[in-house]
Amino acid sequence: MRYAMAIDTLKCVGCNDCVVACQTENNVPIGHCRDWIVEKTTGTYPDLQLEIRSERCNHCANAPCVRTCPTEASHYAEGGIVLVEESECIGCKACITSCPYDARFIHPEGYVDKCTFCIHRVEKGQDPACVSVCPTHCMVFGDLDDPNSDISRAMATRKWKSLIPEAGTDPKVFYLI
Amino acid sequence: MSINMNRRDFIKVAGMGAGSLAFATPLFDFTKGEVLAPDAVPGMYAKKTPTYCEICFWKCAGWVHTNQDGTIWKVTGHDDDPHSNGRLCPRGTGGVGMYNDEDRLKTPLIRTEVGGIQTFREASWDEAFTYIAEGLKKVGEEHGPECTALFSHGSGGKYFGDLLKAFGSNNITAPSYAQCRGPREVGFFATYGEGVGSPERVDIRDTRCLVLIGSHFGENMHNGPVQEIAQATAKGASIITVDPRFSTIASKSKFWLPIKPATDMALLLAWMHVIINEGLYDEDYVEKYTYGFEDLKAHVAQMTPEWAYGLTTIKPETIRETAREMANASPRVIIHPGRHVTWYGDDTQRLRAVAILNALLGSWGRRGGYYNPEKVSFKSYPHPPFPKPTRSWKDAFPGKYKLAGLSLASGICDATIPTVERDCSFKAWIVNGTNLIHTLPNQANTLKAIQALDLMVVVDTMPMEITGYADVILPECTYLERYDNIRVSPHREPTLALRMPAAKPKYNTKPAWWMAKGIAEKMGLGHFFPWNDIEEKLDWELKQVGSSLEEMKRLGVKKLDRSYDDLYPMENLEDFEFNTNTGKIELYSTAMEDEGYDPLPKYKAHEEPPEGYYRLIYGRAPMHTFSRTANNPNLTDLMDENSVWVNPKVAKAWDLKNNQYLWLENQDGVVSKTQIKVRITERIRFDSVYMVHGFGHTNKKLTRAHGRGASDADLITKVHIDPEMGGTGMRGNFVTFRFEAGEEVSS
Repeated sequence: MRYAMAIDTLKCVGCNDCVVACQTENNVPIGHCRDWIVEKTTGTYPDLQLEIRSERCNHCANAPCVRTCPTEASHYAEGGIVLVEESECIGCKACITSCPYDARFIHPEGYVDKCTFCIHRVEKGQDPACVSVCPTHCMVFGDLDDPNSDISRAMATRKWKSLIPEAGTDPKVFYLI
Repeated sequence: MSINMNRRDFIKVAGMGAGSLAFATPLFDFTKGEVLAPDAVPGMYAKKTPTYCEICFWKCAGWVHTNQDGTIWKVTGHDDDPHSNGRLCPRGTGGVGMYNDEDRLKTPLIRTEVGGIQTFREASWDEAFTYIAEGLKKVGEEHGPECTALFSHGSGGKYFGDLLKAFGSNNITAPSYAQCRGPREVGFFATYGEGVGSPERVDIRDTRCLVLIGSHFGENMHNGPVQEIAQATAKGASIITVDPRFSTIASKSKFWLPIKPATDMALLLAWMHVIINEGLYDEDYVEKYTYGFEDLKAHVAQMTPEWAYGLTTIKPETIRETAREMANASPRVIIHPGRHVTWYGDDTQRLRAVAILNALLGSWGRRGGYYNPEKVSFKSYPHPPFPKPTRSWKDAFPGKYKLAGLSLASGICDATIPTVERDCSFKAWIVNGTNLIHTLPNQANTLKAIQALDLMVVVDTMPMEITGYADVILPECTYLERYDNIRVSPHREPTLALRMPAAKPKYNTKPAWWMAKGIAEKMGLGHFFPWNDIEEKLDWELKQVGSSLEEMKRLGVKKLDRSYDDLYPMENLEDFEFNTNTGKIELYSTAMEDEGYDPLPKYKAHEEPPEGYYRLIYGRAPMHTFSRTANNPNLTDLMDENSVWVNPKVAKAWDLKNNQYLWLENQDGVVSKTQIKVRITERIRFDSVYMVHGFGHTNKKLTRAHGRGASDADLITKVHIDPEMGGTGMRGNFVTFRFEAGEEVSS
């Protein structure tokens, strides 16, 4: 089982619904977020391109955060989901420094927080909150080891990219382009 | 009691809310009606309750999930709802912020004077109702009940509307008509004998080509169309976007036409020219259903793409290519009517051109074009007949705005300012859920009207700027804490949706139905509200359509079957009589001609920005609705200020830097009250600047919104009135950059 997410940049309108859904679902304190929107404009008026991406923890298979964590608070859970065990976290920020995606932050209660792929929902067979609310259905979540999963099909039929591949982290969030 | 307020100072609604009541509610389990121990664990999911959203007018149905302690956890979409299809937009998802906002209005307030200074004092509901009832009755006795008006942009307005009707006034208005979608309703009505309505009857789901003129779906987060655009484009539909700004949807379009602002009419006429001259129109459809084709053909004969190029800056070949793109998709093509269309004052005519273009391509009444919506035929709880008013707002404008189908918010505002000729100047306003200071153009005019009132009652959930001018403020509880009328809206299938309280109202806030009924009783008009409580009323109404309150509490949304199988009534050229003078789709409008207006739309040149000034274009952000959400903690967290978009060439000329703060000054010397951040971007034309509407709040009691960004409404002082229906064209204002503040403003 290898959980992954693919986000269709051709559909995404950058509305931030994924951001606010994550915040309410997971009680993320206001002022912090586990996912966010990036907009990149290229070209000169009127020959322009715009790419919009919903970004979050990439749940890397070769995760620097897990390697650098001195207490093993950062760890792999089932399906390769990268999690932080709050009670083990000492707030040293080594993982924050090592993450090439800037996906982690210090929760006001002192531990490091980030996207969990909504493991509490995934365990019940539901999609992560961000995927479940997206008005354009631009996100797919599922198991890469299952060739019939929506995500395997999307990856097989569409061009895609991942972010900062040169970091060698083997990320599990993909962008359909 | 004196309600004679000659000098109506703006009062910052101070923190005089009933603080002691503030946190009483979480301990009361509203869902079970029992008091829980203070240490009941929050965060545990307990229950879901049906609602429909009030953050915008799309009114998506959903579920409110509450914790065991009765507090609200989250709001999600309802799978059976055609407005949301199970998915809310960011505003709906963040709707819980409206409930949690600690800056909410907390208790009724009455204007008073202490030591020569006007202030608000806390009042009981009974006191507030007595004050309002006496004030309204006094206006009724001295001037007639017709001199009272309701401005409403919220579900609760229905009950205050009934209150005014019971009193004897039908001056009930919403800024969503003359400041927004009115021209399109009039333009389409003149053509098809029917308006577009809301939600719009556009069949985006099955379209092959969608043409957007100034509409920026994706930023304008109307849930249904945004979802359907994603579906349609995934199936290969193309989008043509006409916009001086490279909007989000422009970036997803096959064609983006970066038009010179205010020249859209030339493009529309040139498209008609190409479609007629190249024989691209739907001949059978035009022959069977339309009136005036030959007149139209002659009318656009000279309006070539080359002619339009000189006006629009869109290349002739692009005009031809896009016309063919639409024709290739015909009849599954939508030239979208847009929603906020009050731009230049000839908006009804521009929307007539949009309607005509759709008719040439045979899209009205066809799959992938415009469907025929149906809504549940719904009976209200019986009440005695309302008295018939002898005067209306229209009397103030003899011979004007003859095609206005609904009352004009701006018209009632104008008619409030006393003149020698008018005998029906308005003396009392009830304002429900609309911040008129940011909603109506020309703020100075609005304030002048307010000063002329004997009584102004504001009903809101938040201390919006308009509350500062009220005599009485009634704090409404949020949509998550109240019942409202059943949502009965037109769609492909008729549906019913229930909103019921998911939590006990916080603070000393109340639902509108309870307020309106209470005031009516004080005025001796209680018999017009003959139900004991809202549940009795809703249950009776639901039972007339084969449901019940009990069933709707369980279902949330109920889909009903269509009465007729006529979703696409012209799909196979079926016989059809249109509700127009000729019974046909009027390409040539006899109704317009009869009233002395142009029967065929004409291009009219509009004023251009003077040197050093830029056309002020405004729009929406997906996480905000008007100025309504600017203090919502969840939504402010996503976007807490607007910025002014400036082309890099313009920035260079003015030596502007990204993220620099400055003021904007318009052609009339009016300076924005607050500063705005510069965003230098290639995505805007050199002759225009752009900003998101709804920011620049000046009331300090909106602690998150105060002073954040600037208000376009401050700068819209020049208004081009639509002669057909009185719409307020607001895109004819020009701004320049200013590096120091304007004069001190009191509010």
